[in-house]
Amino acid sequence: MPLVSWLNQVLSSRARLAVLGAGLLLLLTPLFPLWKITMFANQFPEGLRLTIYAHQLVGGNGGADLQGINILNHYIGMREIHAADFVEMKFIPFVLGIFLLLGLRTAVFARVGNVVDLVVLFAYFSAFSLGTFAYRMYSYGHQLSAEAPIKVAAFTPPIFGHQRIANFDVYSYPGPGSVLLILFVVALATVLFFETRRIKRQAA
Amino acid sequence: MRHQLCLAALVVAAACAPSKGPQGGANSRLADAREAAQRTFVEPGKLDEFYLFYSGGHSGQVYIAGVPSMRHIATIPVFAPYPATGYGFDAESKAMLGGFTWGDVHHPALSKTKGDYDGRWLFVNDNANNRLARVDLRDFKTHQILGPIANSSGNHGSAFVTENTEYALVASRFSIPIPVGTYAPTSRYATDYKGILSGIKIDSASGKMSVAWQIVTPPFDWDLAATGREISADWVVWSSYNSERATGRLEVTASQRDRDYITFVNWRKAAGAAAAGKGKMIGGVRVLNPREVPGMMYLVPLAKSPHGADFSPDGRYVVGGGKLAPFVTVFDFQKFLSSVAANDTTGSEDGIPVLRFESIRVAEVPVGLGPLHTQFDDQGYAYTSLFVESAIAKWKLGPFDGHDSALVVAKIPVHFSVGHLVAAHGDTRHPVGRYLISMNKLSKGRHLNVGPSQPESSELIDITGAGMTMLYEAYTEPEPHFAQLVRADLLHPIEVYPKAENTNPNAIWAASDAKITRRPGIVEAKIYSIRSYFTPNEIEVQQGDSVILYVTNAEQERDMLHGFGLAGYNINVVMDPGETKTIAFRATKPGVYPFYCTNFCSAMHQEMQGYFLVKPRTGVPVAASPAGGN
Repeated sequence: MPLVSWLNQVLSSRARLAVLGAGLLLLLTPLFPLWKITMFANQFPEGLRLTIYAHQLVGGNGGADLQGINILNHYIGMREIHAADFVEMKFIPFVLGIFLLLGLRTAVFARVGNVVDLVVLFAYFSAFSLGTFAYRMYSYGHQLSAEAPIKVAAFTPPIFGHQRIANFDVYSYPGPGSVLLILFVVALATVLFFETRRIKRQAA
Repeated sequence: MRHQLCLAALVVAAACAPSKGPQGGANSRLADAREAAQRTFVEPGKLDEFYLFYSGGHSGQVYIAGVPSMRHIATIPVFAPYPATGYGFDAESKAMLGGFTWGDVHHPALSKTKGDYDGRWLFVNDNANNRLARVDLRDFKTHQILGPIANSSGNHGSAFVTENTEYALVASRFSIPIPVGTYAPTSRYATDYKGILSGIKIDSASGKMSVAWQIVTPPFDWDLAATGREISADWVVWSSYNSERATGRLEVTASQRDRDYITFVNWRKAAGAAAAGKGKMIGGVRVLNPREVPGMMYLVPLAKSPHGADFSPDGRYVVGGGKLAPFVTVFDFQKFLSSVAANDTTGSEDGIPVLRFESIRVAEVPVGLGPLHTQFDDQGYAYTSLFVESAIAKWKLGPFDGHDSALVVAKIPVHFSVGHLVAAHGDTRHPVGRYLISMNKLSKGRHLNVGPSQPESSELIDITGAGMTMLYEAYTEPEPHFAQLVRADLLHPIEVYPKAENTNPNAIWAASDAKITRRPGIVEAKIYSIRSYFTPNEIEVQQGDSVILYVTNAEQERDMLHGFGLAGYNINVVMDPGETKTIAFRATKPGVYPFYCTNFCSAMHQEMQGYFLVKPRTGVPVAASPAGGN
């Protein structure tokens, strides 16, 4: 089947419902953490926690952990982490809204091409967001003040997994919010797979 | 086979041998010690089951230990400055201390709801300067010191809170002519000197204490009290000595009568009479005369120079410890009420009816020599400390059918000369049992020799079985009188002061808000403290300036305390996380004085320092160069 023809095929009503359902996952995303960073040390057995949502940065222990982490970081000359600095937290909720609208559009226009648009744009958005997150981590660990009381080699805090930094074991993992975003893409890919199979069978 | 038989015979012989042989005795002592060690050992990082709040006597403080480990955990400064927590150096606590630098804490009392501890406040008395303090168990800090209480002296029979913490009831040990400041020679002691019982109202929401009313009494030395429960909920009892109204060498002159008195006071009736405007204002307080308020106060004879007066958990019985008698006297509150109704009196003291002893007493339990104080468990047993005998007696609280000596079930020696004792929730409606602590006045060398000033000891006793088992001995800070032993799960203290709750107008949360304000003769500074610096770190004033420093600890992490010690100016304040303290003083001495963080905080704690610079007021050279150059 020619590519253009495939892109113009009309989705089944089940597929349209599935796209609608996937869009609703995006509505739920801001309720759950996208990423969680936890730091443990001998004198911090309960850990210092940072939780990243689509729209906000929350310190553990009622917000006190963010201040606690900043106090510790200032010894190595790292600049303070503030929610206001995360420009991602402004554009991510906005972009999620756009994807929700695009999902609705896809459910109405119901062309395979609309789903492909969604998947491609979402992959780009995800890669871009992860990239800025990684760059932000890199910057925090590399733009250390020359006047810092404790001099450490520039480093990148873990983006995924565990890393030992001085006396801290730092763990960084995606949260349920990211799982919802992955489910969104998986749902769209599944729609594409089954719709393509259906279209092929009908053509045959 | 033969060998096995021989072995069996040996085993039987060993089992039948008297177990008190020297070898067997040592082994069983070792086994007992092992078991005691296991029962008191609390693993590092694990928590004790009970808080012990014990009075620090003339140290003026309250100490906290964990039970069963008996480890001293913390000190709550109350009536004396305590540089370790900066207490008595900042403006707020200095004002509370009111210029006194010591107190004499005897009887801590936890607040109660329906007769059981509710974990809200701890009230402690100051026998010396006649005050009462409230410790809030949300932050374990002293929040109010009331007094010196008007018209009275020697706040000993204190503090005892009513069933629902409506009042703390306190009484004077030393009688004086009233109001305070009145002169009368001791030759007029019997008539012109007065004892005072006070009702201290406690605000049910804030815990704030205020003197609501007083009762003027004959010049007896009021000693210890207990508040009633259920049928006796409206009543409080105090023991007294010196019913002789004697002066001089009291150990002789106040020990002439075979019986002194225990008094029964209806505090609800007293409160009602005061509200109705009865009595008269003396020293700013409404003082009731028992003569004018019938039914408010009764005396019952009690042998001899009694100390403890304790209500049984159900409020039915009162146990009186006559410290110079070999028994405790048990009164039946129901019989007391009948005697009151029948007006069954044998006389009066200054218009206060004396009820017939025989009509109210139901037992004299021969517990031993020098009974002082009684606590209760959850199994129907009472425990009485015996100072003279240096032991604790365990006895059954009834039936009181004339077989008084059969009530005593066990006795354990203590080391030495026990004063008060405390059982878990032992003065509440529902005692918990399990542990009893003997607070001994003398230790007599049962410890590493620390010279002539020997410590006081406290001994932990297991009371779960039929008898009593000695578990552990600790050296409690001087000098424990009474204590409170409360289940740890009833208390829910905070770990930091939440920033949102800091209403101090001078609190600051960013270094950029730190500020020095100068007015003629006054320098005020808002100081920011956080790991590991102060902002500002230089404060310059003119000699003679009044200096007011507001220091905020901007941390919100537990155990991140900062101190502010100013060398040469006798100042050390400690700010807990989220706390703002005020330091006010005059910069009398010119020169340069370092200030620094006194409470170790971080790896850069040593660097947390600054300079307080005082410029000389007139014409004095700022610095003279030793080399003489310019």
